[in-house]
Amino acid sequence: MLRNITIGQYYPVDSYIHNLDPRVKIMGTFVYIISLFLVPNFIGYGIVLLFLWMLIRISKVPFSYIVRGLKSIIMILIFTLGLNVFLTPGEHVLFQWKFIQVTGEGIYIALFMGVRLILLIMGSSLLTLTTSPIQLTDGIENLLSPFKKIGVPSHEIAMMMTIALRFIPILLEETDKIMKAQMARGADFESGGFIKRAKSLIPILIPLFISAFRRADELALAMEARCYRGGENRTRLKQLAMKKEDYKAIVIIGSLVIALVLLRMV
Amino acid sequence: MSAKTKIIELNKVSHLYSAGTPFEKEALKDINLSIYQGEFVGIIGHTGSGKSTLMQHFNGLLKPTSGTVLFKGKDIHHEEVNKKTIRQKIGLVFQYPEHQLFEMTIFEDVAFGPKNMGLSEEEIKQRVEESLKIVGIGPELYEKSPFELSGGQKRRVAIAGVVAMQPEVLILDEPTAGLDPRGRDEILAEIQNLHETLGITIILVSHSMEDIARFVDRLIVMHRGDVAFDGTPKEVFLHVKELEQIGLAVPQITYLMHQLKARGFNVPLDVLTIEEAVQVIRSQVGIQK
Repeated sequence: MLRNITIGQYYPVDSYIHNLDPRVKIMGTFVYIISLFLVPNFIGYGIVLLFLWMLIRISKVPFSYIVRGLKSIIMILIFTLGLNVFLTPGEHVLFQWKFIQVTGEGIYIALFMGVRLILLIMGSSLLTLTTSPIQLTDGIENLLSPFKKIGVPSHEIAMMMTIALRFIPILLEETDKIMKAQMARGADFESGGFIKRAKSLIPILIPLFISAFRRADELALAMEARCYRGGENRTRLKQLAMKKEDYKAIVIIGSLVIALVLLRMV
Repeated sequence: MSAKTKIIELNKVSHLYSAGTPFEKEALKDINLSIYQGEFVGIIGHTGSGKSTLMQHFNGLLKPTSGTVLFKGKDIHHEEVNKKTIRQKIGLVFQYPEHQLFEMTIFEDVAFGPKNMGLSEEEIKQRVEESLKIVGIGPELYEKSPFELSGGQKRRVAIAGVVAMQPEVLILDEPTAGLDPRGRDEILAEIQNLHETLGITIILVSHSMEDIARFVDRLIVMHRGDVAFDGTPKEVFLHVKELEQIGLAVPQITYLMHQLKARGFNVPLDVLTIEEAVQVIRSQVGIQK
């Protein structure tokens, strides 16, 4: 039952996008998000959409996976649309009731913001769908390493992220197992009112907490036993290295930004 | 004792995990299987052979992707069948069951199952005491926290939690995993005791051939979601080559018998326990003298 939840949601296939350097993908996603805010009109969105559609095709990730990511922001989307539609002042008033008014400008801005939000989420979910969590944290560590000089513990941050991400599936599996074990003892999680249901979570939460602490303890011990001592002088199994493809990708994303800037100036 | 009535029946059961995604995996393939009343069945298989998935089908925790599971002739996934009753009749003890303990006291924890069945206070008390006695936990420990116990004791308390529901079938997944030899023998003896005195049908899932060979009267070998062998341990362990090919070993004593045979001794190959082997070897030596 909990198998259906995909957090981190890496989609494991082999594609041009999957093989890119994670640093390029992370920075590329940043640039993509910034460029969304450069878009002056719907023609610009057309260009971005075409660009995104191309990337999705190349990445071999099914379109339905990308759309699934939108489900999580549906409330925010509705909220944003609502606020913009009802609260934007303007000249072309289409509908008025007390202080609430719907204007042509409002609808335009609402649509504009909505499309921006959707493109933003679709673009950034492409990053997590094509980059495994390990690659992602490797990339973040590398990108943060220049800030080490001003005291940012980049290796420790990356290590914590890696461990946290690694533990998500383990804890989900554990929850699934404990739920099943308690169901085998006749526990019922689905019926009853709010208080009864909340109470029925106790037989899951207590064993789950205990096991999380036990696992954290064991991991810390195992790391210490292998003389783990942070980032100083460590080498890695997989060195990040820029390839020809990575430079091509930089050129492609750069041309998107240039196209949008030109569009803005016209 | 076993009048050969079917208690659990699997008809063409298949199970797919994550159907329709790139992670799709076929865990069970078209399984036909019957468990008879009063049997002591061992299920054995390599990691990922589908034995845990199979086990969860027995009491309806997992629903087959296709096929039916019958308990006493009734489909357990039929709308009118109460799942709770099924799970009470078919008790399931997961691997490392001590990880599901949660109550303040041992007594309360064992009472969790019977309480969920809606029994009276008195009945609950009686059942808890009875099942704790079966697993060898004395009354002086009743009010202690389950987290203060040793590993072996915790496991016995957890098993008592399922036994207290008085199931007709008891399924145990690797009940001896991670225990020292003494703890292992104690638990296995208690399980055998349950089988003999209460006549409960027992299904023991394990990958330890030695554990299983001594106790069960029927052995099912799982391989890649399929039943590879099904018979008495003596029958199954004759297939040494095939078992090795699917990553399983036969009991060491069986290997010894094979080696003796290869060196010209006239010994039977279906010896499973050390006691049996001693007798066989003695009689061989006696004859040759």
